Amino acid sequence: MSQFKLTVNGQSHEVDVNPNMPLLWVLRDKLKLTGTKYGCGIAQCGACTVHVDGAPVRACVLPVSAVAGAVTTIEGLAADGELHALQAAWIEHDVPQCGYCQAGQIMSAAALLAAKAEPSDADIDTALAGNYCRCGTYVRIRKAVHSAAIAYNAAKSAKGA
Amino acid sequence: MSRFTLNRRDLLKASSLAGGGLLLQMTLPTSVLAAEERALVRSKELNVYVEINPDGQITIYSSIPEMGQGIKTALPMVIAEEMGARWEDVKVLEAPLDQKKYGLQGAGGSTSIPRNFDTMRRMGASAREMLIGAAALLMEVEREDLEARESQVFHTSGESRTFGQLAALAAEQPVPDPEYLTYKDPRAYTIIGTTVSSVDNLVISTGQSKFGIDVDVPGMQYASYTRCPRVGGKAVSFNASDIKALPGVTDAFILQPDDRAGKAAMVFLEGMAVLRGGVAIIGEDTWSVLDAKRQLQVEWDYSDASEDSWTQMMADAKRIAAAGGGEVLLGEDGDDGVDAALADASHQSLEAFYQFPYVAHVCMEPMNCTADFRKGSNGEADTLEIWLGSQFPGQVKEIAQNMLGVAPQNVKVHALRMGGGFGRRAIHDFATEAMAISHHADVPVKLTWTRTDDIHNDFFRVGGFQNMRAAVSADGKLAAWDQHYIGFKYPDRFTVGSGLRGNELPFVAMDNARVSQTMMDLATPCGAWRAPGSNTNAFVEQSFIHELAELAGRDHVEFLLEIMGSPRWVKPGDVNALNTGRAADVIKLAASKSGWGRQMPAGKGLGLAFYFCHAAHVAEVAEVTVNADRTFSVDKVTVAVDVGPIINRSGAISQVQGSIVDGLSTMALQIITMEGGVIEQDNFHEYEVMRIAATPEIDVHFIESDNPSTGLGEPALPPLAPAVTNAIYAATGERIRSMPLSDEGFKLV
Repeated sequence: MSQFKLTVNGQSHEVDVNPNMPLLWVLRDKLKLTGTKYGCGIAQCGACTVHVDGAPVRACVLPVSAVAGAVTTIEGLAADGELHALQAAWIEHDVPQCGYCQAGQIMSAAALLAAKAEPSDADIDTALAGNYCRCGTYVRIRKAVHSAAIAYNAAKSAKGA
Repeated sequence: MSRFTLNRRDLLKASSLAGGGLLLQMTLPTSVLAAEERALVRSKELNVYVEINPDGQITIYSSIPEMGQGIKTALPMVIAEEMGARWEDVKVLEAPLDQKKYGLQGAGGSTSIPRNFDTMRRMGASAREMLIGAAALLMEVEREDLEARESQVFHTSGESRTFGQLAALAAEQPVPDPEYLTYKDPRAYTIIGTTVSSVDNLVISTGQSKFGIDVDVPGMQYASYTRCPRVGGKAVSFNASDIKALPGVTDAFILQPDDRAGKAAMVFLEGMAVLRGGVAIIGEDTWSVLDAKRQLQVEWDYSDASEDSWTQMMADAKRIAAAGGGEVLLGEDGDDGVDAALADASHQSLEAFYQFPYVAHVCMEPMNCTADFRKGSNGEADTLEIWLGSQFPGQVKEIAQNMLGVAPQNVKVHALRMGGGFGRRAIHDFATEAMAISHHADVPVKLTWTRTDDIHNDFFRVGGFQNMRAAVSADGKLAAWDQHYIGFKYPDRFTVGSGLRGNELPFVAMDNARVSQTMMDLATPCGAWRAPGSNTNAFVEQSFIHELAELAGRDHVEFLLEIMGSPRWVKPGDVNALNTGRAADVIKLAASKSGWGRQMPAGKGLGLAFYFCHAAHVAEVAEVTVNADRTFSVDKVTVAVDVGPIINRSGAISQVQGSIVDGLSTMALQIITMEGGVIEQDNFHEYEVMRIAATPEIDVHFIESDNPSTGLGEPALPPLAPAVTNAIYAATGERIRSMPLSDEGFKLV
């Protein structure tokens, strides 16, 4: 067991855990942030996607000892009391079916939008290639990402102005 | 804890800002949860589904488990419609498990809509009449001059009262006699048939939705369970001292197989939910018990264990197909018209052997269950509290009684949203494990399956084979049909999904047909997998009909419509029987919307399939591109569906889109094999699910016939596989008679 300091969704935490414990289980079992999901444990399905310093990572294979940066989970994506444009688009386009994979989908898409203002279908396919949806909501995910991109850019330029 | 909570009404207020195609960011209010809970206490119950707050908020309870099929949105829409409520005022909550109050609280077989539609309408109409009764008293007017709409009751004079103002008095009104209730004219519907975003989308999109795997109970331990890799085996010993010494591990022990839980009132669940022998590990967190699981060394007793072999099954099936025969289910064996037509020298005949594999459910949320068994002290009865995602949560009480002897009234079941079901969560083997572990360890435990546990211990979609023979006459008509199903059964019971359903085309619509089956013994657990039976029978039958159309030199649509014959209902009045008129309508619509008959460029093809199941008539046309290197893509799927009037248009299209993706994913990529009783696929690297890039354009059309509304969770899946293989044939001339396509050298891109 070792002590680790983590910044998650802007809050600092100290946890005393096995250094090999993947970030996923620290978030879920220790910090009780269960929005990030377990799906496979081998970085194949993307249900556990979170951001470390803005980059999407698979929390199920990232040992807590290797976390070098601020962690953002689905619970922390909405900032300053406002839904992220993707979350609003997910609702507007009625994307989820069972909903289990959607936190991972949204986190992967959020990293894409931060990097690319107007993603093409191909950009979306690449950015979300690591995220399974067993219910088959892919058609709506594409639509929602495109529609969120417009809102996201509008909000960004409004803030910049 | 979550930082904020939104309710539906706040969301919809926010959504209404978002018109004009430009989506604005929504402003989140501060937490309103506590206030909501206080308000609920004061709310007035009109019936077990409907409560109204004095502030006008309407709470509608959803009694059917939600697994992504959208039932939690669709059924409350029916109640709200009949009440005259505004959807914006409605908040949907899950009803507790209470089957005395709510009837069967189960989800399976695409039956939730047809089973509950009339009840929902009645509940809505009943609540509306109580509100009108209250308004008549308050306003001192005649009931006949009152109308409920937009969450208010209006008098012909223009005077009105809100539902909130009427709630208290309405709750004291006599409950109307259902016989005298009247229902809205469907042409006046303002909610049914519209496009509604699912009621839980906000909590899902913000990571606040609670699935079974997210349960956290005070004092609970975390558990893993390792079953014998060959079903039927049991644990003899394991490296207990090593495991117990690992950090974070508190205990580890063997559980013996226990089939008492398998006793089930529902026929299709009988014998399924048994406790398999294995080793339980409990500890302080999920990681510790999963890490310890990897270090387990178990000596297994294989004396009663499965020896199933997919290689052997394939060889046996080919031998059985060649020998012919089998138990005749329809038509006659021996010298009848079928044999004569097949032997007729003026006919062209064809024989084809089809194969379909075992596949797994792989719900995105692996199986899990939290159980808290408490031994009664001082003569008190034992109790069990349990949390899980389940398609039939009432089953859990049966299991607790049969396995642990806990009386049903002492079992409290918390049924949570399911991260996928597809038939898997109809069987509660994972609940037997959590119960047994809590019972043994005397602590509340949360059992989490690894993905490997989830694949190895699935109740698979059963694999199988069909040997098809048929003849077409010189004038190109179907003259004989001989279908030999080669499937599986358990020594003491049938295997769900193996065999023919009796509803299949073409034999229900023709005279000269024989259907037979030969069932081989099976040990591997199999169960319901989205459209059981139909999902493989459609592939065989609808491919073979296309083969015969090609043999006869006929257009596929025209040949299929000819087989269908004149419009008629095979069993008049029975929604579960094929209606050839409705079938022809969806076939024609799918053909016309897809541009059937147009000249396709090289390497591209259109393929058609129709299937009837779950009271739904569905036709699909797939448009594919096949490249020289045998990579292929499905560019577009056009779907025509008749399930009667649509309730939630968004949810209905969602189910069709999902069925297309699921059908494609399965037929292109998925196979479970077993050798020596051991399942050979361990995780997603060996059992792939289709990724976003391969998603086709999906064009959905509904024929809203005057039949009752029926379910859409399953019936759009079966036609997809044959539509795709028929399209590949059209593009390449190559006939595919075995799934998955990855094993036939085709790679989905």
